[in-house]
Amino acid sequence: MSGISQDDVAHLAHLARISIPADQLGHYADQLGAILDAVAQVSSLDTSDVPAMSHPVPMTNVFREDIPGVSLTAAQALSGAPAVEDERFRVPRILDEE
Amino acid sequence: MAEAIMNYDEAISKFDPVLGLEVHVELGTNTKMFCGCSTVFGAPPNTHVCPVCLGLPGALPTLNKIGVESAIRIGLALNCEIAQWCRFARKNYFYPDMPKNFQTSQYDEPIAFEGYLDVEIDTDEGRKTFRVPIERAHMEEDTGKNSHVGGATGRIHGADYSLVDYNRAGIPLIEIVTKPITGTGKYAPEVAKAYVAALRDILRGLGVSDVKMEQGSLRCDVNLSLRETPESKLGIRSETKNVNSLRSVERAVRYEVTRHAARLTAGDSVVQETRHWHEDTGISTSGRPKSDAEDYRYFPEPDLLPIAPSREWVEELRATIPENPAVRRARLVADWGLSELDMNTVINSGALDLIVEAVDAGVDAAAARKWWTGELSRIANDRGIELEELPVTPVHLKRLEELITAGSLNDKLARQALEGVIAGEGDIDAIVAARGLAVVSDDGPLLAAIDEALAADPAVAETIKSGKLAAAGSVVGAVMKATRGQADAARVRELLFEKLGVSE
Ligand SMILES: [Zn+2]
Repeated sequence: MSGISQDDVAHLAHLARISIPADQLGHYADQLGAILDAVAQVSSLDTSDVPAMSHPVPMTNVFREDIPGVSLTAAQALSGAPAVEDERFRVPRILDEE
Repeated sequence: MAEAIMNYDEAISKFDPVLGLEVHVELGTNTKMFCGCSTVFGAPPNTHVCPVCLGLPGALPTLNKIGVESAIRIGLALNCEIAQWCRFARKNYFYPDMPKNFQTSQYDEPIAFEGYLDVEIDTDEGRKTFRVPIERAHMEEDTGKNSHVGGATGRIHGADYSLVDYNRAGIPLIEIVTKPITGTGKYAPEVAKAYVAALRDILRGLGVSDVKMEQGSLRCDVNLSLRETPESKLGIRSETKNVNSLRSVERAVRYEVTRHAARLTAGDSVVQETRHWHEDTGISTSGRPKSDAEDYRYFPEPDLLPIAPSREWVEELRATIPENPAVRRARLVADWGLSELDMNTVINSGALDLIVEAVDAGVDAAAARKWWTGELSRIANDRGIELEELPVTPVHLKRLEELITAGSLNDKLARQALEGVIAGEGDIDAIVAARGLAVVSDDGPLLAAIDEALAADPAVAETIKSGKLAAAGSVVGAVMKATRGQADAARVRELLFEKLGVSE
């Protein structure tokens, strides 16, 4: 058992800014636990001589030269923004009133 | 609300400070770390942006080679090991200054690690070296810039809403993190300041950043904790953010020592939290507590390939590392026979490299120093430009000095010749010829000018004869004026005294 608790789910939901009603926390805890248990089966294999893999593509050192390319115009950049002011993205108040 | 503090000396007598410094440096690359958008400062808002740095769906990052090279060079200059293999990670958080909802950074595999930087400070026992251990230097990207609208102060607290400009989002940053710095005792503030100054000099020497603290291209966070004795375990630390001048680094450390000491002595524990430094009042105030906001859920960045710098590449880059500025400074002070104070003047004027260049070209060190920290600094200052932007080369200075030594130019004429160089009138000889700059060596015109000056001020001759030799200054001045500066002032003085029968 991976032991994902309802508190874990509530915490992750908060971090990911996802709203999960309290009465569904148990449901998601069970589902996430089942997924982690499935993945955990890998640990039953002996991987002591398998090097850790950090990327599925066997390539390294792929670089771009430091030469400016084409950027968007402000109008293009802002065209999908829900709110714009002063050529800037307008976003809701960041901190709650204290 | 200001918190209680304890007198610094008392605090230090009771506790042992442990420092940690995190420095972010914005690289001076042409383009951002993961896209080809320009990094030029001061563009209209949201004009240096593209799908990658705006985090639009499906956009893929591409890694800036100079960003990686700069990171490796910084690591080498800080005596670090360079990773054989490393990757990027996503640091997940929600904040409008980062449109992707994560910052591309490095987590468990920094490109450089395990280094140190030696810094020198003045102590009661003379100059002393402290070794600052460096934990890591890793690559990441800068965030966008929020401006807050509404509320009384333009600050985030009480704002109605905020406006975001993403021009800065994605500009390459290197974060340099020290290990806990112990053993500084009462010198913790000085060591902190000396470290940031030395780091700044190294970064400037590498040419990887303009390292302007006041413009935010070099930013410092100060971590501090106190423990009862050097043998005690580490205390709880506070992290003071955005301490953005050398003086503030020193003050922030000092302030936190006094604040922690007051809390601990009163039986309160120190809160592990982020604090904000206030330059104007010289205190820090509580920001957010370290809580789940710090749970960044790092994971390896799938859209960027790992970096595996070959040892050949690392050695190639090592060959580009200039001499450590502190070592170089000590060598030049000795070579040039300067005092530490003279050297400070040179360094503060930004003329060090230019003087070295001139000396390498055969100009006398004292002369090169005089021109670059004197007349040329004044001219650059008047024009609001950097010294390097002046079109004056070592060749110009060398010829100028030759002419001065030969007696065909005096200082004043030499200055006029330099004005000619700056006005683009050609090389020194051409300017001297075109402007007719030459010391008047023939005594005839000088004597005539002296007669004229004496006639214009009949009383002055008697004053000088009565022994008030200082009065000669006005006559010499008048002659210099009459000859448009082309006289040798010492010769004029000689002729004047001869004429009046006065001996010096
Ligand atoms: Zn971009």
